[in-house]
Amino acid sequence: MINRKKIMPYLLVSPYIVHFLLFVSFPVIFSIILTFHKWNIISPMEYTGTANYIKLFSDKTFFKSIGNTLIFLVIHIPLQIIIALFLAEILNQNIKMRRFFRGAFFLPVIVSGVVVSMLWQQLYGFDTGLMNRVLTAVGLDKVGWLIDPKIAMPSIALMATWKNVGLYIILFLVGLQTVPVQYYEAADLEGASHWQKFFRITLPMINPTIFMVLILSTIGGFSLFIEPYIMTGGGPLNSTVSAVLYIYKQGFFYYHMGYAATLGLFFAFIILAVIIIQKKFIEKNN
Amino acid sequence: MKSLRKILFYLALTISALIFVYPFYWMVIGSVSPESEIGNLTFFPDSLTLSSYSQMFDKIPIGGAFINSIIVSLSITIGVLVFGSMIGYALSKLVFKGRDLIFYIIIFTMTLPFQITLIPQYIIMVKFGWIDTYLALIVPYLVNALSIIMFRQYFKTIPDSLIDASRIDGCNELQIIFRILWPNSLPAIVTIGIITFMASWNEVLWPLIVIRDESLMTMPQLVTLFSVGGRADSQLGVKLASAVMLALPIVLAYLFFQKYFIQSMASTGLKE
Repeated sequence: MINRKKIMPYLLVSPYIVHFLLFVSFPVIFSIILTFHKWNIISPMEYTGTANYIKLFSDKTFFKSIGNTLIFLVIHIPLQIIIALFLAEILNQNIKMRRFFRGAFFLPVIVSGVVVSMLWQQLYGFDTGLMNRVLTAVGLDKVGWLIDPKIAMPSIALMATWKNVGLYIILFLVGLQTVPVQYYEAADLEGASHWQKFFRITLPMINPTIFMVLILSTIGGFSLFIEPYIMTGGGPLNSTVSAVLYIYKQGFFYYHMGYAATLGLFFAFIILAVIIIQKKFIEKNN
Repeated sequence: MKSLRKILFYLALTISALIFVYPFYWMVIGSVSPESEIGNLTFFPDSLTLSSYSQMFDKIPIGGAFINSIIVSLSITIGVLVFGSMIGYALSKLVFKGRDLIFYIIIFTMTLPFQITLIPQYIIMVKFGWIDTYLALIVPYLVNALSIIMFRQYFKTIPDSLIDASRIDGCNELQIIFRILWPNSLPAIVTIGIITFMASWNEVLWPLIVIRDESLMTMPQLVTLFSVGGRADSQLGVKLASAVMLALPIVLAYLFFQKYFIQSMASTGLKE
């Protein structure tokens, strides 16, 4: 009886231990081993020393894919934070049909990225797409949303913002509701303008939410895959190949398991480095 | 003057809401319009036809994919709830050696980017012979770090006296979890259930890797391959129809449970 009581906690956590050994720790160790091998799964593994690493550092497409991912992040994150904060600030006021508007902004969040990508591929179409129809209707030139190498990645970043901004509106709304009303009342007494209140009270008070949004959207951005996979296949001229899409192609298109594992490991270090830098920056600012 | 400002304000707000909703409406209209009329900036189609849908049903096994998606998402959600509450209970209410270590490992693994384990996890599936089986889609997702942490947090708010009393009444640990804690943790269960179901319903990268057999594909995968492959014969309406089918179940669920969806998603942000 006493023995059973002692074993029980371990029985309860055993699913996690199995999961951890099988799907976390073993894969991490195995992926490090893989980086020193050449393997297509079918023939035996072949030890190649540091060949994968040497290949990686001269792989222009891989560094381009990291660059593309960073371009995506640099456009997506500020845009996302500004739009989400702006709309949250509006929704936080005493407006009519607040639930309806909140629900509308949130709709793209719940829909699969597959649907959103297929939909925007059409909206971005050069000749018949909705975006260019609107532009020509107001007398502007057509834009090569997905066919101009300079614009394709920003277009995807714009779409991703449209898809995710609803989630961040909700997070900001939660943050805004933690700001004590007295602060605004005091500011009103001193005759502060709307913008003064926003920059002097709201912004500093919701700093933690902004940083949370920053980290969440960074992690999300580094996972960019299905959007370019569906919309552009990585083109034009590799301008929308994201790092995950490139790793996917190396692994599951060419079956370069060792090399794909090397890319995955290297990219994971970049992600962790960026997130650690962001966290350090956040701690310094708090 | 003031009322004019108000009207302009609501007009701007309505236009921005339309920007988020209209594309979906356009997609639905496109899927029921004749091929030549798709893409018009319109609110009401001139003529309705379901031919895109009937063609799509002929080309891809979307019904089977729907059932696959249901099986996979439900299995994962049940697994995450059952295992998550067992582990969360042990970590919050029981005292045992190694408890803190396990907790820190869970926290640590949450920061591990999936990009590092993608390739080796695929190889594990190959070695297990799980490629082209439900097992590959379900088993790796049955235990989820975030849900364990959320259950642990929630169970901490439940008084120990409730658990002690049930133990005196003769409940064993599993009975305590599922008969006593579960009915007292409905908000946590709804939240974790919705997040998990949504994430697994929309997951597409992993199915693309481990499933090649069309009869086992989930909806997002089937629709993705239909969209990028040549089988839609560049017929836009057919593609849009498949996208509508993929969006429909989750949008319907959202319309009925909007409040819970928003609350659940908002709480995912609290993990940082």
